[in-house]
Amino acid sequence: MIALGVALVGLVALAALPFYLSDYGLGLMIGMAGYVTLASAWALFSGQTRYISLATVAFYGVGAYTIAVLNETMAYPAALACAGLIGAGLALLVGLSTLRLSGIYFVIFTFGLAELVRQVITWFEVNVTGTLGRYIFLDITAREIYWQLLALGAFTIALTAWIMRRRLGLALRVIGDDETVAAHSGIDLARTKLTAFVLSATIITLAGAISSPRWTYVEPLIVFNPNVSFLTVIMALLGGANRLWGPLFGAVPLFLLFEWLSVQFPDTYPVILGLLFIGVVFLLPDGILGGLARLTGRNGKAAR
Amino acid sequence: MSTLLAIDGATKVFGGLKAVNQVSFSISEGETVGLLGPNGSGKTTLINLISGALAPSAGRFGIGGRDMTGRRADVIARAGVARTFQLVRILPSLTLEENVLVPAIFGRKRHWGEAAQALARGALERVGLAESAGRQAAELTYLDQKRLELARALAAEPDILLMDEWLAGLNPTELQEAIRLVRSLSGSGMTILMVEHIMEAVRALCPRSLVMNAGALIADGPTADVLADSRVIAAYLGDAEHA
Repeated sequence: MIALGVALVGLVALAALPFYLSDYGLGLMIGMAGYVTLASAWALFSGQTRYISLATVAFYGVGAYTIAVLNETMAYPAALACAGLIGAGLALLVGLSTLRLSGIYFVIFTFGLAELVRQVITWFEVNVTGTLGRYIFLDITAREIYWQLLALGAFTIALTAWIMRRRLGLALRVIGDDETVAAHSGIDLARTKLTAFVLSATIITLAGAISSPRWTYVEPLIVFNPNVSFLTVIMALLGGANRLWGPLFGAVPLFLLFEWLSVQFPDTYPVILGLLFIGVVFLLPDGILGGLARLTGRNGKAAR
Repeated sequence: MSTLLAIDGATKVFGGLKAVNQVSFSISEGETVGLLGPNGSGKTTLINLISGALAPSAGRFGIGGRDMTGRRADVIARAGVARTFQLVRILPSLTLEENVLVPAIFGRKRHWGEAAQALARGALERVGLAESAGRQAAELTYLDQKRLELARALAAEPDILLMDEWLAGLNPTELQEAIRLVRSLSGSGMTILMVEHIMEAVRALCPRSLVMNAGALIADGPTADVLADSRVIAAYLGDAEHA
């Protein structure tokens, strides 16, 4: 109850923030809210099941592209709904065909998926519509984008908290530990994984759709940048991908760090990104929150 | 007594190898049956076919009168089949209690809340792990992991329990304790099919035994008769005529 109260007060404070921030500050907050949402949504499926997905940008980009295509013909809420539906449909299709893959094969497939979607859209735009780039002219202010992302992020964390207390949450954790045991305990593997994957991917698609007006000009190379997928994974892992607040605690510091790095070291930035990735995986396999819990757990035992 | 498990012509082919070849038998409610045979004779594959871990190449599988041929493992589990694994499989990142809650929650009766917890506690008590319910499963010793696996199978409230060398690797004292535990299960009416190499345990627990060799069922009958069967002796020790 106290945790819920603190979370709600925090949310209200975050929602009031745009009234006190500069344009640059608001831009930072938009980026941060976006990545907190992405990392939390990613962890909703991958953190629990340990199926490492690199398809984040496939869905994120599809969301952005949907808005780019529909923004002139449709009201914004309708375009947003379309993006969500397309994301869910794509996730269902991908999930049905790939969730039998495990371990490294799933990782590689999801990485390839992002590339495939980008190439298909590029091909379609060049050969069918004849325009590679698209403009997004929407009457949406930066503040409105921020509030939408904040709401989506809060919804994602709330949804994760709810799922963790339900059958679905336990089923996902068991699948993450041992799929054979999960199946022999009566868990329907395909349905469980598919449900979480579709939820996660739909949120990621919506995050892309909401963020898209920030770009104004959109083309496949911009919206399907694989770095988005990698950043999301590192953030979630750093914080602790199987914990409710883990992705948030990973996304906030890393987003700020990456902002600073990309300004200070624009050329060596990808190298630093790679090193960080390796460092997180080796040094903090359970994330910051997992490491803290282990430390306090040890202290607690020593005290007894 | 009514037939609980009916298997007719079970066959599993891996490439050119017939790991299980035309195996047929049935088990009645309340029986404890030993499944014997030399290494590589197809015992574990047969258990995997029954539990749904593997799909059969041919044959029919009936559980409690329902046709379960080719069904998924989770469907078969919900039909009342629980198992342990030859290489012990626990859920390392979960606590003992959570480990045991899983089949209670996802099994045939889909318990939730208090009912599931009571069932989990009961299963842990039965195997003597109730005091460590809050511990992480990964911290357990090998023997306790085996106990946990059995508790997990019990929490599924199964009609049939498949045990794949559950008694292997125990020292003599532990073995006696484990035998008592299994006996108490069969005493409470559970039907058990157990793969076992320890003859002492088979003699003590299984009035009836099945013997497999090279994928085929070569004997089925009272344990003492089966162990005296010349074909069974030949399967284990080699054929006298070719020696």
